Amino acid sequence: MSTHAPASTARPEPVLAPRHSRRRATRAVQLGVLLLGALAFLFPFYYMVVGSLRKVTAGDLSSAAPSGLTGGNYSAIDGALSLGRSLVNSGIMTVGVLLCTLVLGVLAGYALARLEFRGRSGAFSVLLLVQTIPFQLLTLPLYVLVVRDYGLGDNYAGMILPFAINSTAVFLFRQFFLQMPASLFEAARIDGASELRILWKIAIPMARPALLTGALLTFIGPWNEFLWPFLVTKNADMQPLAVSLAGFLSNLQGTVSNPTGALMAGACVLAAPAVVLFLIFQRHFTHTNIDSGIKG
Amino acid sequence: MTLTQRPAQVLTARGTASRHRRRRSGIGALFVTPYLLYVLAVFAIPLGYTIWISFHRFYFTAPGAHAPSPWVGFANYRDVLTDPVVGKSFLNIGIFLVINVPLTVVLALVLATALNAKMPFRSFFRAAYYLPYITASVALVAVWQFLFGSDGLVNHALGGLAPDPSWLVNTHLAMPMIALFVTWKQLGFFVMLYLAALQNVGNDLYEAASVDGAGAVRKFWSITVPGVRPATTLVTVYAIVTGANLFSEPYLLTGGGGPDNSSTSPVLLMYQKGIEQGHPDFAAALGVVLVVLVLAISLITRKLTERGN
Repeated sequence: MSTHAPASTARPEPVLAPRHSRRRATRAVQLGVLLLGALAFLFPFYYMVVGSLRKVTAGDLSSAAPSGLTGGNYSAIDGALSLGRSLVNSGIMTVGVLLCTLVLGVLAGYALARLEFRGRSGAFSVLLLVQTIPFQLLTLPLYVLVVRDYGLGDNYAGMILPFAINSTAVFLFRQFFLQMPASLFEAARIDGASELRILWKIAIPMARPALLTGALLTFIGPWNEFLWPFLVTKNADMQPLAVSLAGFLSNLQGTVSNPTGALMAGACVLAAPAVVLFLIFQRHFTHTNIDSGIKG
Repeated sequence: MTLTQRPAQVLTARGTASRHRRRRSGIGALFVTPYLLYVLAVFAIPLGYTIWISFHRFYFTAPGAHAPSPWVGFANYRDVLTDPVVGKSFLNIGIFLVINVPLTVVLALVLATALNAKMPFRSFFRAAYYLPYITASVALVAVWQFLFGSDGLVNHALGGLAPDPSWLVNTHLAMPMIALFVTWKQLGFFVMLYLAALQNVGNDLYEAASVDGAGAVRKFWSITVPGVRPATTLVTVYAIVTGANLFSEPYLLTGGGGPDNSSTSPVLLMYQKGIEQGHPDFAAALGVVLVVLVLAISLITRKLTERGN
């Protein structure tokens, strides 16, 4: 620190030219750092795609370049774990979670923001508390309850249950409903509209960005989730793709001729929906989601 | 917390307003009931249940069948606290945090500062950093195994310098590899977090520093770093929670906990003891110990960084 001290007391540069060149140098360093970082972040994705398309997928240096391309790995992984079935399972789990979060979460978020009722602040405290409980602590008792007591092992309801209402999404919805002008709601009430109608006709159309963010935020959770569906599904026909691919990864892989290529193909299929959605809705992913994370 | 602000009320004809309010009160409770029932079923009851299990001898039974679960006091906790593998798993989390936290804070802050300047291809960079965060762990673990396996690209590139045994099956390297993987996967989230925090650091501070002739490094240390301290607290707490939740990475990346339990995590141990080996009472006690530790460390971290403010 002390070595920098003289710099701050130095007089401002009388001539502009050196400062300009210094600023340009800073800019170049920044761009260099960012490029290096981006390379480190994107290379594994590139390697995954190229590896999934090669006839022979080995770890040597030549395998980083695309050559001898084939779609054979995709049909190999499909044969090994019936890709379509796994995708359907992932899809049902994800859509189930999305529907529950959107319907029940919007109702709760609206009530917490716009309706007065006894116990509202208590309900809100519950919401904040839930966000601090680490889910992993609950996996064991949930497993006992859901699989042993309720008999929901290898069942979509059992897969969906622990994620059915995303509390972060409820919080996000509440914040958005809270930002809307109160006069709008009062006017509609005086006109005699029911709360459900106000929610449907006024609040939801205005909250569309929040709903989209909430849906995107919720989507990647169940789609990428591994531990819970891994515990709940033993029957291969019920496993979502993340679970069946992990099974392929750890009980390698003797059934196919190019196992690494097949694994990369499966990884591409698992990654693609989240990545594509992210690229389409990038703006929504990066903003509201983080801000609410800080406030939460 | 100032989060329980009341909605502004428009004063209209008193009678209708109070009638409306009464009606709304019932509807509000109705709207929020499914959510509260859900929290009860998926959080409160399991939380109570796990504490109950941790004080009893508990066996898995077939659905419908009942085995006695006698009260055993702190016996499960004694087993947990004297088990050497439990100690090892907490030590592993310690290694994870020592690598993950400083690396995350430094890299995320440097990248966010660079991104915060007006830059060509800014949205491209943002997307690149965020990509691993939104991608499934299982997919990324598969690629890392391909990169860092004994016959992987990294070892081919290093030639004779490659470690032996290789990265993921090496007692000394397994846990650091997991820490690196998680740092890489989560970094984008923290870059975004720091970017949001940087918006709150006043531009006039930087301008004043420029007038005084401060260089980029000096500005970074004296303005940026203290300015984003709340975000740094959040990063640290979040990293601790992530460390406490580690499961898929040690399970998949290092084949079920690494050689000689060198990358076993507490949650992985909960799975192995509780479900694979049929001792859910041990696992429940371990879970309670884990959460108490996490809460304590988070609290201390928060206290320390807030005092620094």
